Amino acid sequence: MVEFTLWDILRNLALALRWTVALSLIAFIGGGLVGGALLCLRLALGRKTGRLIATYVGLFQGTPLLMQLFLAYFGLALLGIEVSAWTAAALALTLYTSAYLVEIWRGCVEAVPRGQWEAARSLAMSFGEQLRHVILPQAMRLAIAPTVGFLVQVIKGTALASVIGFVELTKAGGMIANASFQPFLVFGCVALFYFALCFPVSLIAQHLERKPHGRAA
Amino acid sequence: MIEFDFSAVLAEWPLLLRGLAWTVGLTLVAVPLGLLIATLGAWARACGPAALRRAVGVYVELLRNTPFIVQLFFVFFGLPSLGVKLSPVTASMIAMTLNLGAYGTEILRAGIQAAPRGQWEAAQSLALGPVQVFTRVILPPAFKRVWPAMTSQIVIVMLGSAVCGQISTEELSYAANLIHSRNFRAFEATFVALAIYLALTLVLRRFLLWAGPKWFFGGAPRG
Repeated sequence: MVEFTLWDILRNLALALRWTVALSLIAFIGGGLVGGALLCLRLALGRKTGRLIATYVGLFQGTPLLMQLFLAYFGLALLGIEVSAWTAAALALTLYTSAYLVEIWRGCVEAVPRGQWEAARSLAMSFGEQLRHVILPQAMRLAIAPTVGFLVQVIKGTALASVIGFVELTKAGGMIANASFQPFLVFGCVALFYFALCFPVSLIAQHLERKPHGRAA
Repeated sequence: MIEFDFSAVLAEWPLLLRGLAWTVGLTLVAVPLGLLIATLGAWARACGPAALRRAVGVYVELLRNTPFIVQLFFVFFGLPSLGVKLSPVTASMIAMTLNLGAYGTEILRAGIQAAPRGQWEAAQSLALGPVQVFTRVILPPAFKRVWPAMTSQIVIVMLGSAVCGQISTEELSYAANLIHSRNFRAFEATFVALAIYLALTLVLRRFLLWAGPKWFFGGAPRG
């Protein structure tokens, strides 16, 4: 029987925290890239693509993230791809993040007044130039606060990867709780670790929201 | 070549139906209780004494900045060591209720803060007591203002109940896992469960957006 001191618990949780952070970053960056690409498609190709993307968003927002993880895990295996929990979690969380981000960002682009597009076009800018020089700089300023806020969602979402066997903070907590017979202490610590990770991000998002950010136009 | 066999999953429809019933049941319990906590919390945040305001603030931030699954594990695995033994269903309900309560508090608080000062004053000048001012004058339009956001949050809590299967609450995701442990049709079982969740989301959202103004905050004036 191994004795677990509080120090052992904290040290092991801190080691597992790395994987929560790594998975969050991968999902957030990957989701940002996919979301950005989808947004560009939406802007360039117009309504029909818009409806397709709205369906994509609806699918991810209308089903539990846990089941999306399962589907990625079992689905990839079905395709004959050797899946680790790592790959499945990264894939599912990336797509999940992209769906939310494209929705947030679309709102921000639409908040830029139509006149800005028209003014840019009247200067004979191409579509790409309108986007790059006129629309995106304004939309981006609006987007920063909700995007940072969504990062908290992503970090919390990674906890579900524990269910398909990815050893991050929550999974490590479960394992230590089983070994140490101190579930109250261990899950309390796990919760505090998440809090320590998420709360500063929440505060930054709130702060950004309050700041009189770029009043577009 | 991949072959799908959905019939093996659909043949287990009684299990799916039971799972669906549990998911709906959990939601039906957690939503009214969660909204009650949200109302009390929002009241405390808006007009409670300073100490209470801070305590509610801590509750809200603690729950909003930790994952639901950890909250659930804390309630189910953690509390028994303090002598509170809970069944999976009770633990799920408590976790879902507290979760919705925290998010709901924050949502509703925004709605209350948007009430113009004059409404408080007008209500007070009609000699309404502080409770009446809050429940009759401030609260209904506040709910009306934030109802779309509250609806989204309720849907999120309903979807979050999928996690409750992890502590063997027999809701829909648990049913899907049970089915694929019987017939090894993991992808199909998950896919069918996802489709049911999606339908449930659409129905629940429609229902809430319709039922809220009709029954809940009735003829509240536009605030």
